[in-house]
Amino acid sequence: MLSLTVFLPLLAAALLAVPRLPACWIWVAAAAADLVLVVVMWLGYRGGIGYEERLRWIPSVGAGYHVGVDGLSLPLIALTAVLFLSCAIYSLTQAERPKSYAALFLFLQTVSTGLFAALDLLLFFVFFDLSIVGMYFVIVGWGHGDRARSALKFFLYTFLGSLALLLGFIGLYLGSDPRTFDIVDLTASPPEAGALVLLAVGIGLAVKTPTVPFHTWLPPAHTDAPAAGSAILAGILLKMGTYGFARIALPLLPGPWRQYAWVIIVVGVVSVLYGALVALAQQNIKRLIAYTSVNHMGYIVLALGAAGLAAGDVQARQLAVTGAVTQMVSHGLITGALFLLTGILWDRAHSYDLDRFGGIAASARTFTLMTAVAAFASLGLPGLSGFIAEFQIFAGVIGTGMTGAVVAGGLSIVGILITAALLLRLLQKAFLGPLGELRVSEAQPHEVASIAPLLVLSLVIGIVPGWLLDFIEPFSAALVTGVSR
Amino acid sequence: MTGMTENPVDLLPELLILAGAVIGLLAGLFLPRGRQRWVGWICGIALVAALAATSVAALRPDTMAFEAYSVDLLTHVARATVIVANFLVLVLAAGWARGNSRETEVYVLFMLAALGTVILAGAGDLLVLVAAYLLASIPAYALAGFAKDEAGTEAALKYFLMGAFLGVLMLAGVTLLYGLAGTTAYQDFGPVRGGAAGLAVVLLLGGLLFKAGGVPAHFWVPDVTEGASRTVAAFVTTVPKIGAFVALFRLAVEVFAGLEIGWRPLIAIIAAATMTLGNLAAFHQDNVRRLLAYSTISQAGYLLVPIAMAGQSDLAEPALLFYVAAYAITNLGAFAVVLAVGEDRLAGYAGLARRSPGLVLALIVCLLGLVGTPPTAVFVGKVLVFAAAWDGGYAWLAVVAAINTVASVFYYLRWIRPAFQPGDAITVATRAARIVYVAAAVSLLLGVGSGVVLANAL
Repeated sequence: MLSLTVFLPLLAAALLAVPRLPACWIWVAAAAADLVLVVVMWLGYRGGIGYEERLRWIPSVGAGYHVGVDGLSLPLIALTAVLFLSCAIYSLTQAERPKSYAALFLFLQTVSTGLFAALDLLLFFVFFDLSIVGMYFVIVGWGHGDRARSALKFFLYTFLGSLALLLGFIGLYLGSDPRTFDIVDLTASPPEAGALVLLAVGIGLAVKTPTVPFHTWLPPAHTDAPAAGSAILAGILLKMGTYGFARIALPLLPGPWRQYAWVIIVVGVVSVLYGALVALAQQNIKRLIAYTSVNHMGYIVLALGAAGLAAGDVQARQLAVTGAVTQMVSHGLITGALFLLTGILWDRAHSYDLDRFGGIAASARTFTLMTAVAAFASLGLPGLSGFIAEFQIFAGVIGTGMTGAVVAGGLSIVGILITAALLLRLLQKAFLGPLGELRVSEAQPHEVASIAPLLVLSLVIGIVPGWLLDFIEPFSAALVTGVSR
Repeated sequence: MTGMTENPVDLLPELLILAGAVIGLLAGLFLPRGRQRWVGWICGIALVAALAATSVAALRPDTMAFEAYSVDLLTHVARATVIVANFLVLVLAAGWARGNSRETEVYVLFMLAALGTVILAGAGDLLVLVAAYLLASIPAYALAGFAKDEAGTEAALKYFLMGAFLGVLMLAGVTLLYGLAGTTAYQDFGPVRGGAAGLAVVLLLGGLLFKAGGVPAHFWVPDVTEGASRTVAAFVTTVPKIGAFVALFRLAVEVFAGLEIGWRPLIAIIAAATMTLGNLAAFHQDNVRRLLAYSTISQAGYLLVPIAMAGQSDLAEPALLFYVAAYAITNLGAFAVVLAVGEDRLAGYAGLARRSPGLVLALIVCLLGLVGTPPTAVFVGKVLVFAAAWDGGYAWLAVVAAINTVASVFYYLRWIRPAFQPGDAITVATRAARIVYVAAAVSLLLGVGSGVVLANAL
């Protein structure tokens, strides 16, 4: 069933080759069917590794097709299904080569779902690399502005990261006994691998996440990508980095992770502050949102770093990990919504320039309402998912009781203040206030239908988070126990 | 080494290729010009038979034929890869050579060069190695200048001069080794030490690096690839390499291993230089053939890595064999695109996506395959190569290879991008396009099914 969920979109993409079928509707139907499958899987999940499938692939090097879900991967698979369905609905009016567009996104959906389900390093890497290829073609084919350059930068930069990751994986493989690429086996008996392997894996994942100083590919890629592409890039593809930290770097390299936990915490804090400050300075709305991603991903890195503080309080570290996973889901929903919303701006006005907009609220009420909710969710207003995630992260990091962690947590809270300031400035300038040079008309039904559910989900997680947190907590407990060994 | 035999049947695949060439040549003498394509059929059938003979031979235990020719896994894989690659080249050549007054010669020369390549891979004696070197080279010189045009003649001359020069050096190396060890058979080599042995290794490497297209014997590659006919370019950048790399690996395991000199770092440095120079030179090429030529040089660099690790890591042998087969099929696919479109300038590919989306998809599979993007075959090869390098204590080489891989993305993408831009009408040759599809599909299947191949064959 898990494999079906993974490959259903790809099968649908093959169906697109049949002439005269409506590409947009096939895409929506496939994404919806995939979401139904994920919901069924969620309801049927009974703890541990669920829906496990294990086939031999390259037995001579101990690599296999091994997939399964747990408290970390299932929420992200669900996020993938939701966000891709949103993008499908959003793109119903896609006029330019709709078939190839739909096929690429279906391909990306298979790749993303597969990555979150993979329990084998090589399989993980396959999906990791293919996500880069898919996104490259989305940007270069349907982007705007200086898209060829941005797409190339994106490809080269993230590909460099992926090869660092591959070298790290080979290091893990060579350090294991018996030699294997299987994540479950490697988690059970972590390989003998030193700081260099962690460095390789860390750089690979840090480029994808991205954390400072490996984030420079992100703003141009986001700015020039089509709206749905940006939503997927920020909502799903960035999660591959943080997911990799929680799935691979932390459990497979517990020793080095503990040893270098402070480095990771510092990287997290710097990303939080730097991302927020640079976002504050942006005049381009899409760049601004792109930089808030650097900030939000920084919280996750901070929390995972804190999980490696062996001397810290165990409960607090678990809380931090749960917060990090919640943040992945929450950021995916909120940033996905924000990027789709900026897509409306581009569609109407062909500009992202903050100075040229103003008083949008007068002409587009629903659009303004949705943007306001998304912005408040992004800055961490209680009652929305961002708050639940970030609160747990701060409580967890500070709760470890170590002076350094308290300082790190305190500094990161400043990041929230800056984010709040810049998002309020965005709302004030573009949506309220006097009318600007460019006009924006009301959101159309398919746009509302694609964006509103994301915000509703964020609201649901914000108000009744229990169902999600209960789901994640066993994973957090296992992760913290594993890293403390 | 298991048994020794003097049974000609052990050489059946080689004999079948030879038979194809000879019968084809004889038939060509009597056939009218319009029916010369029958020679192509004869050669094709011979190749299919040789492939069948290879698969039967692969099931039997390893042996040493005539004390000079190894019949083992290395030979089996080299045979199969050369045969399949040569078959695809013949199909490509059929479109180009049809109607030419010397059509027969084309097929026969391809067959003979392929035969030389196979023997190069199987040689277990330095003298057989030299003979195979000549057999693999001379038909290729003729093919390079086959069109009798200016560019082809220049290419053939460069190819020949370089090959002859390095061939002589190689012969000197063989002489030197014979003087030092008192034998030319690989299996009789004992420990030899001293500077003379080092010199002999360098001389031997010269000839084989020429065939492999590695630095510093790579200068012929871009000129021949650009100057010779497209089909010939596809052949010389693919097939002879297979034999050269397998021969190098065999030499490393059976001969160099006994020499107490630093040959391993030497080959590692050559590998790093080859991949780096090839990549740097490929960056700003606007001619697709030159771009592919430099790409094949950089690929030769990756292929040299497992040779430096021969005998040091268990992964070296599967890495080399898998990579060389994956490379051959993927590289042929990329060249087949050039044949299908019939265009050398990068800009000439504008509009291809609109004209033939399938061909562009296959081109993307082949080019990203050369990069080593999963799940194509070269990806598995690259993983094995990186792992072998790290395992053998040469982690720096794995890092250099990884950085080069990233750099190579840049120029492969330069070919893909124009395909999506609007352009003039393009005519696509069906026969070559089919080869592209086959190559792309095999590259993907070999990657996904790599487990089956590695578990059962390597």
